[in-house]
Amino acid sequence: MVAIWLVVSVIVTPIFALVLGPLIPPGNDSVQGMGQVFDNQVLMGVSAPIMCFVLVVLAYSLIVFRQREPAAEGLPIRGDHQLQVYWLIVTTAIVLGLAAFGTYELVKDGAGGGQGPSPAFVPAHHNTAMPVQVIGQQWEFTYRYPTFGGIEIPHLYLPANTLIKLHVTSLDVIHSFWAINLGVKADANPGTDNIAYVETRNPAKIEVRCAELCGLWHGYMFDLQGRVVSKAAFGPLMKQQEKIYGPVSKFLPPFATTYSPEPTLRAG
Amino acid sequence: MSETAQTAGAPAPVAVRRPPLWRRLIGFNLLTAVLLGIGGWYLGWWLGHQVSGASIAYFSDTDQNDIALFLGYFTAVVGFLIGMGFLQYPIARLRGYPPSLREKETEGIGRYFGLCTDHKVVGIQYLFGVGLFFFIAGLNAMLIRFELLRPTPVFNSGNYLTLVGLHGTMMMGMMTSAVLGPFANYFVPIMIGARRMAFPRIESLTFWLLMAAGGILMTTVFFGGFPTGWTGYAPLGNQANYGMDSYIMFFALVGISMCLLGLNMLATVITMRAPGMTWDRLPIFVWGVISTSILNLLAPPVLVAALSMSLLDRTAQTTYYLQSGGGSQYLYQNLFWFFGHPEVYILALPGFGILLELLPVFSRKPLWGYRLAVAGMMGVTLLSFLVWQHHLFVSGINANLRPFYMLSTELISIPTGLTFLCGLLTIWRGSIRFTVPMLFALAWFFNFLIGGISGVFNSDTPSDTTEHGSFFVMAHFHYTIMGGLIFTFFAAIYYWLPKMTGLQLNERLGKIHFWIMFLAFNSTFLPLFAVGFLGQPRRVVTYASNLQFLNDWVSVSAFVLGLSMLVFLYNLVYSLLFARIRAERNPWGSLSIEWQLPSPVPVQNFDTIPVFQNDPYGYGDGAGPVTRPVGIPARGR
Amino acid sequence: MVWKLAGVGLGVAVAGILIGFYISNWLLSSPPNVDAQTSASGAQLTIQTVAAVGPEAPNREWVSYLVQKSGKWEHSTIWTVPANSLVHVTVYQFDGDSGLRNPFLSHTQGLVGTATLDGKPFAQIKPDNASHTFAIPQLGVLVPLEGVADNAKNQCGYAPCDHNTMAHHTITFTFRTGKKGKYRWQCFVPCAAGFQFGFGGPMQTIGYMDGFLNVV
Repeated sequence: MVAIWLVVSVIVTPIFALVLGPLIPPGNDSVQGMGQVFDNQVLMGVSAPIMCFVLVVLAYSLIVFRQREPAAEGLPIRGDHQLQVYWLIVTTAIVLGLAAFGTYELVKDGAGGGQGPSPAFVPAHHNTAMPVQVIGQQWEFTYRYPTFGGIEIPHLYLPANTLIKLHVTSLDVIHSFWAINLGVKADANPGTDNIAYVETRNPAKIEVRCAELCGLWHGYMFDLQGRVVSKAAFGPLMKQQEKIYGPVSKFLPPFATTYSPEPTLRAG
Repeated sequence: MSETAQTAGAPAPVAVRRPPLWRRLIGFNLLTAVLLGIGGWYLGWWLGHQVSGASIAYFSDTDQNDIALFLGYFTAVVGFLIGMGFLQYPIARLRGYPPSLREKETEGIGRYFGLCTDHKVVGIQYLFGVGLFFFIAGLNAMLIRFELLRPTPVFNSGNYLTLVGLHGTMMMGMMTSAVLGPFANYFVPIMIGARRMAFPRIESLTFWLLMAAGGILMTTVFFGGFPTGWTGYAPLGNQANYGMDSYIMFFALVGISMCLLGLNMLATVITMRAPGMTWDRLPIFVWGVISTSILNLLAPPVLVAALSMSLLDRTAQTTYYLQSGGGSQYLYQNLFWFFGHPEVYILALPGFGILLELLPVFSRKPLWGYRLAVAGMMGVTLLSFLVWQHHLFVSGINANLRPFYMLSTELISIPTGLTFLCGLLTIWRGSIRFTVPMLFALAWFFNFLIGGISGVFNSDTPSDTTEHGSFFVMAHFHYTIMGGLIFTFFAAIYYWLPKMTGLQLNERLGKIHFWIMFLAFNSTFLPLFAVGFLGQPRRVVTYASNLQFLNDWVSVSAFVLGLSMLVFLYNLVYSLLFARIRAERNPWGSLSIEWQLPSPVPVQNFDTIPVFQNDPYGYGDGAGPVTRPVGIPARGR
Repeated sequence: MVWKLAGVGLGVAVAGILIGFYISNWLLSSPPNVDAQTSASGAQLTIQTVAAVGPEAPNREWVSYLVQKSGKWEHSTIWTVPANSLVHVTVYQFDGDSGLRNPFLSHTQGLVGTATLDGKPFAQIKPDNASHTFAIPQLGVLVPLEGVADNAKNQCGYAPCDHNTMAHHTITFTFRTGKKGKYRWQCFVPCAAGFQFGFGGPMQTIGYMDGFLNVV
């Protein structure tokens, strides 16, 4: 039986880790996304032999130990102290290993998740990151660029090969900013500055969806027009956006990490 | 003359004259309770408008009076319970009558529609009550999948959200009692050699509270529904229509019911075990019930507290969950998931218990590693309180604790792994019989394996960034809850229903049910992992058109899954109402004590309290019927 | 026994059908579909916004849009317009101002030509003066609608309001539809009185401040 398991695992594990693993989104549009893909590959590689083990033991038992004559009884084994200890040692080792690996991947660059106002896990050179604010409201995300005169635009444009510091916040209920192919997800909370780091790579489209139920149009709170553009093209693109959306800028409140529009209860 | 006739020989059969039907409908029963409940609702509604109508119009011009609706629900529940007869006993005691359990003595079909303190009646009430809501919530799921056949909405988008919320809330609320309600209430007292539960009236109260809660939840469609899903997240919940009040009231009542149920179970097992029933002789199912009851006792009070603040936010305009008012939406998230994560183990742990209880019977082999299995369940119980922030991995609370929650979440796979080990080694070198209950139990291995492995992906913070809030999570918890709980729930039905009703279920239909359900279940939820990875968030009414093929595949599979439930329903109606084949006393050859009793179990359970000499897993060691209690009634089959 | 069972079965079936009917009705409930008038120059939509929709709707105090259908005002927010063509919209704006939560939405976006307010072209209004916005995010269309001043005379109470006699602003604009599909539109001004953030009730119920544009 151990032989069957070894053979099956040797076949299945590479398929899971090396063939299926890289196919799992978010893909390689960002450094964080690539980290997640690698993370998924490792998890696939570790879990494949475990799944094989359980399924092989199960299938083997069901085939070999089925009742062959009526009223036949099984062997009265009530336990095995040594086996217990080995099992506990092995499972604990696997779990601790996975947790350590996951922690390493998380601490390295934050793995694209929202980390609240004071991020604990920051990538190298995070001080030079370009800040972009994501404002969630029912039911649209808008984006503010403090380094480009604080303009606000309706689609997310990012330069390629740049570390971005996303400040995610909300004006009303909880949303969740999910840039799917960048591997970024951060809840947008009212009155909270939720920071996520992402390092873009090559030019690509950005698919943004809201991942937290936020009311009637939650399903429609997506935007497929965002783009990562080359560094050379980014400046002119922002110039063009400034031309379109500049006039409204003077009505915007000064850039801040959170906004609390008043009143919270409107009459009339 | 007549006296001699009576004393001579056997007593003459007394012709019981039953009163006419209309007379029997009057009294403390379900009908009275529903009528008083509706009446109570109108009373509270009217009162609420008297109290707050003017101020609502003045302070917030929403055209909706939350205070009146809440008052209506409160008085409806009170009226319902009075109509059920829950005040009779306290009033009788206040008037000086001695303590009694009169409600236990009733006979006939009427006792299933009233307050009954017989734990076996409550068990059957639970089975059909919870089954009804499982059926309704399942139909909701069918409607959800119907909507997702096309990427553009067909249903009213707002009502679709209510539909999603109803499915989730009803399943998460009602199914907490799917096993503890019917099977623990019926079999735990028998298994430990008791004649009743520790608190029989509270036992009945938990059931009728649950039913009242279910009714209240469904009235949400008259009040604009609720948009929040089963989590009821705060700013959205405070903003919602007053249909949200039904959700709050529902979950608060369910929380109270769960808490009382757990308390009752723990008190029963701790104090009412028969002589010889030591802790290491308890059937493993009872250990599953103990671990679940600990969670049941400790987790729901936190939920009720969270909902109370929601209630105040909605009615008295407090700002517990409003950031700009000095509150915090994170308070709700933390409180909710402090309940919410143990809650999912309240759903999973009874499944462990049933699995390990059934495997020895059908592989004719003692349970492997009894103490290890108990340790596994207790380990899950303890750890489930330490993991809740993994639901908040991207929420924007301080990230420093994320590695801890990643570790504690992954640690849960150690005790869960023990259940796998004990289960697999119980069937190892056994003599496996593929009966219907065994098939459902064996499916647990496959389903929970996938559920557990995907859970490791979810607990791993970097991997979770993409999966969070997507259909991946949805597939994960359907694999653990539906694959872990509902499959073992059906295993328990096929296993124990012959004992509860004294009638056989059709084996062939049961096997058809199993195979359709098992294949359709996996065909439904396996593709949803991919759907989630490809970027479909949960609870959406519209989705990317390139995901239509996968969604259609899932929907069609889900309809087949629904069809398998109809096979089960047909089997139930056919076997219980039409075929009516008497079940043997011990059709499975189990050594557990409930199978030594007649089917159905007589009112008093035992003639005298049994004395246990062993645990019920002495298969294959030639010792014969290991549990040899005295006091098993001789009559009956 | 058989008769009893049949009776119970029949009762369950009848109850099931009635409940099923109610639920399907509830799920499919939707305001009536109103076709825009089409001509050579495109489609013409005439709509009005009112502070309270009036006794004929389930929630009489709720703020709402109405649409003109062959000269009469209809309480509906589901409108059909042709694909790849111009849609000319005239809005009679009877509601007072609420102010935007996000001032960014006080500038017109995605229009063909310029919008007019009471005959004068405009692109921007003061964020606090906004009463509603008409927005179709997937088409990039956004038009802020100026609210009626608080001290205006002869304000409209309940719908339908008469634009010949009652205080209002008239806003016109034109946008171009894209390919066929079902596009949601909404209002971004927190105009739902009494609800938290002004975004509950009518703001989350189709038929009041939300609807669909069926592009065919």
